[in-house]
Amino acid sequence: MSDLPATEKKRLGIFKFASCDGCQLSLLSCEDELLAFAEKVEIAHFLEASSCTLPGPFDLAIVEGSISTSEDVERIREIRRQSRSLVTIGACATSGGIQSLRNWADHDEYLRYVYPHPEYIDSLATSTAISDHVTVDFELRGCPVDKYQLLEVVMAFVRGRRPKIPSHSVCLECKRRGTICIAVTEGKPCLGPITQAGCGAICPAYQRACYGCFGPCAQANPASLSEHYLAEGTPSLQMIHQLRNVNAASRLFQIESNRIETKTPSARSHS
Amino acid sequence: MSRERKIIVNALTRVEGEGALHIQLDGDEVEEVRLSIYEPPRFFEALLRGRAIEEVPDITARICGICPVAYQMSSVHALESALGITVTPEIRALRRLLYCGEWIESHALHVFLLSAPDFFGCASGIELAKQFPQQINDGLRVRKVGNSLLEILGGRAIHPVNVRVGGFHRMPLRDELTPLLSELEWALAAAIELADWVAGFPFPTFDAACELIALHHPDEYPLNEGRIASTQFPALDVNEYEQHFSEDQVAHSTAMQSTRRGQTTPYLLGPLARVALNRQQLSPQAFALAEKICPASVTQNRFASILARMVEVVSCLEESITTIQRYETANQAFVPYVAQSGFGCAATEAPRGMLYHHYEIDDKGQVSGAKIVPPTSQNQRQIEFDLRGYLPQLIHEPDKTIANECEKLIRTYDPCISCSTHFLTVNVLRR
Repeated sequence: MSDLPATEKKRLGIFKFASCDGCQLSLLSCEDELLAFAEKVEIAHFLEASSCTLPGPFDLAIVEGSISTSEDVERIREIRRQSRSLVTIGACATSGGIQSLRNWADHDEYLRYVYPHPEYIDSLATSTAISDHVTVDFELRGCPVDKYQLLEVVMAFVRGRRPKIPSHSVCLECKRRGTICIAVTEGKPCLGPITQAGCGAICPAYQRACYGCFGPCAQANPASLSEHYLAEGTPSLQMIHQLRNVNAASRLFQIESNRIETKTPSARSHS
Repeated sequence: MSRERKIIVNALTRVEGEGALHIQLDGDEVEEVRLSIYEPPRFFEALLRGRAIEEVPDITARICGICPVAYQMSSVHALESALGITVTPEIRALRRLLYCGEWIESHALHVFLLSAPDFFGCASGIELAKQFPQQINDGLRVRKVGNSLLEILGGRAIHPVNVRVGGFHRMPLRDELTPLLSELEWALAAAIELADWVAGFPFPTFDAACELIALHHPDEYPLNEGRIASTQFPALDVNEYEQHFSEDQVAHSTAMQSTRRGQTTPYLLGPLARVALNRQQLSPQAFALAEKICPASVTQNRFASILARMVEVVSCLEESITTIQRYETANQAFVPYVAQSGFGCAATEAPRGMLYHHYEIDDKGQVSGAKIVPPTSQNQRQIEFDLRGYLPQLIHEPDKTIANECEKLIRTYDPCISCSTHFLTVNVLRR
């Protein structure tokens, strides 16, 4: 790639919607790779990193954040129109993020609770994934995304190949790391068996249960897992909240948290 | 010809999060300056209600990807205050070490990638690296040391997973930390050298005396603990914060703005305020550096904030080395507690300034009320006030220059717009 003339560089745009900025920061956190990476592509739009913004069209749009305002519904459509490929990064962009908890709540009450003048605020009653609004070519999970996975996805698109991102559960990473299973030995309600790999299985290595920040893995069976934990004594509300976290609105976690809630109305979540 | 000029910067760049600036001029008069933060609201205070207190540090971390540790620290200290528990000295020291990691990475990001390009007319740190490859590469390597501290203590640099109410989920082994010492020592020497490089930048001067506020602790540079000190008013206990400060909402911004009750003038938080109020508490090499490059006479020049950041990077590196050298693997990872109803508040020093949280807890150990006051919403009024003061010297310049210079001034506060809920856009309207 570096041998190609400058005009052959792919034009990248990095765009932010409702989010914490952490996923696009992951790109700047590639301290060892950043300057070389910047040679290989043309970064045309990256507000957090550069004052030089060039117009579209883009070969690749990298999108962080969820859709939560009417203006953003329009903005993502425009970005899609201008982009050959569009990749979403992080839990907000791929599932709606922690702010999707409003989907279960009274949005007006939320507005009134936080703002003395809710009438100044443009906000939708739901926070949704980018793929609910436009076609997405690849979704990279994680809260935050892993920086090496991010580089892999971006370079795959730049080179016109499929990204090599595993979709199996994080348990394999945990085994590879040599961590003793805390779900089996300590009875902690770990979401590892239904959560996609990518983080390196850090939570069990720090003696705590996985809280699902990479979202559901391929072939996940959340009902089977949560029934096991409920039978072992995890309170229903805790199980619901475990699922209703940064990936609350991912389809499989959402179905399961709603199922437990319907089954045990006493555990109806406050929010 | 109309005397009215409207200058609009629709998307501020090289800041965290998204916002805009609107400037309206009438001849030589500055009519209006508005910093609009248009990050969509995410309703953290509302969605925390009903959640178990154990979940709070993981949720509040998601407010900001650049300073998640600050949110974790303010939340666990506020909750621990409500529960009436005090952490062990070992936990306390490691929390400072974790926070040092965040300050190093956040400050180095700001200095080398976001702010330094302004002094050389570059659009980005990547472009600046072509001119100063050694310095930018070294700056990134210093930043990486901060991220390594976060990774070892917290599992990962962004949204670390190891902080919990009462302490940590797991204490690190001494052998996990000591391999970092050689890189920390390299970084300390490099940061002092880089600070000299930064001190030689062509600095604009914009001295605008204002109230500076920061935590102050008699024995240490403020991170997790201290009283609220000011250059103009007597120091307060953190639990008096809400009696003395209020938050208001303005139509042009999704962020709230804070003021000291009964005062019409705003106040400034952040590295300049901290250095001004805590110079004696800096680590020895940071103190010497501060005397040289960031003396008391420059702490009212907003453009000197980059120097104060370098002083703080050195202070954090030096403290990290000492903490790791003294650390013996501790067994008790957290202080146990019984969940009970109560109210607790805490303020800690995020890289950008004081971050205040309060929580009400019900008898089931769930959050029933929350208040979060990020540093940028406190600095926002000062930024607008300063822009008004800065504009008269630029007024005869073309719109593009005005917009650029105003953006540079805004960057010196290292505003974190994601935190304060919204992004910046700059507009200039002239009459």
